[in-house]
Amino acid sequence: MSRVRLLVGTRKGAFIITSDGSRRSWSIDGPHFGGWEAMHLQGSPANPDRIWAAVFTDWHGQVIQRSDDGGRKWTPVGSDFAYASDPGDHKWYDGTPRTWEFKRVWHLAPTADDPDTLLAGVADAALFRSSDGGESWSELPGLRTHSTGEEWQPGAAGLCLHTILVDPRDARRMYVAISAAGVLRTEDGGGSWELATRGLSSEHIPNPEATVGHCIHKMAMHPSRPDTLFMQKHWDVCRSDDRGENWKEVSGNLPSDFGFPIVVHPHEPETIYVIPIQSDSERFPPGGQLGVYRSRTGGDEWEALTRGLPREDCFVNILRDSMAVDRLDPAGVYFGTTGGQLFASPNDGDDWHVVADNLPKIYSVEAQTLP
Amino acid sequence: MRRIRIELPHHLRTLAGVDSTVEVEVGDPPTPDAVLDALEGRYPMLRGTIRDHSTRERRAYLRYFAEGRDISHDPSDRPLPTSVAEGREAFIVMGAISGG
Repeated sequence: MSRVRLLVGTRKGAFIITSDGSRRSWSIDGPHFGGWEAMHLQGSPANPDRIWAAVFTDWHGQVIQRSDDGGRKWTPVGSDFAYASDPGDHKWYDGTPRTWEFKRVWHLAPTADDPDTLLAGVADAALFRSSDGGESWSELPGLRTHSTGEEWQPGAAGLCLHTILVDPRDARRMYVAISAAGVLRTEDGGGSWELATRGLSSEHIPNPEATVGHCIHKMAMHPSRPDTLFMQKHWDVCRSDDRGENWKEVSGNLPSDFGFPIVVHPHEPETIYVIPIQSDSERFPPGGQLGVYRSRTGGDEWEALTRGLPREDCFVNILRDSMAVDRLDPAGVYFGTTGGQLFASPNDGDDWHVVADNLPKIYSVEAQTLP
Repeated sequence: MRRIRIELPHHLRTLAGVDSTVEVEVGDPPTPDAVLDALEGRYPMLRGTIRDHSTRERRAYLRYFAEGRDISHDPSDRPLPTSVAEGREAFIVMGAISGG
């Protein structure tokens, strides 16, 4: 019977949480790196027992840890994320120039077929690659030195590169999302990039249809339809069916189109999930009622999935990397909250139960499906 | 050569896999720079966690203590006090206090 392993990053360490294929009973192992902020953990698709964790403290900076046994033992690997060239300036919140400065790793993306190669998205926004299992890192500087880079401004959480999507047909085509710069696409493996924001509209920036400045919260892609991209933006849920060339809003009947994570069902490329949040000023579920929303039509038409979720007095948030799906059938759907609750659904989101109730603030959740 | 004792904060002891005072050997006279170079040479996983990878400057939330005095803002190539140089007291790397 297949198993599921959840990789959970929190404000005060990482947790490895496992279940058999029924996904009803869970075993919690952790915290690993207690006291460190575990921003993101991700396993190698080529070797699922190889897992990387991006951990950080304000005192000691960035450390990358790697496990080769499914998260039981960890070894610190390389943590030197040096920009490849003079970092130059981006814009600060008030529009004044601000020198690019490495702050932390936000997102790890191991490649599909090589357990030694992975990408890292960092703040201030840049993309790094390691080809030796994380021992050393080299920047792909074409992104940071994009002609519009000096116009990029941080979102509330900083100028972070938080999404990395690789086209499974051609790994040279990648998409990254940066808050609050936008979406950029490369066709040559990261050498050159172009903005892919046409059709996006953001009323909180001076020119709502500007090319640069959209605060993308998360993007998702189904591997069987890599021309289609889904996006949860600061406000608006959007989709593109032409590799990011054009976007359209598909928020439809959502109670709020503000939110952070968005994921695609593992077997239904037009089924997507979001978690509406009341507003950017309040950042809790609408009316204190937590609900996952599912669209089986790729957007526009949404249904609330609430069985087992708190429907009153719930004022947590769900951060952008804190939602994941496994690959079983029916699909497991998982999300973690800023209040430290981890929820699981073993049946496509129809029913939910609590996996853990009192973890630290959850930054990220990834799901591995194991034989 | 001088044998210098170093006390590290909790997270760095965990990261380096040590559970008590660390000792390193450095040339005479020992300085914070030389002590930390030796420490990072013996425990490479500590590179970047006390001093910035590229600038080698002390991380903002860490302090250096010797003989009960905060020497964080002294020149990092200034010789350490005699009691530390002779191994009677430790060179202390301490995290600035903060909660949350």
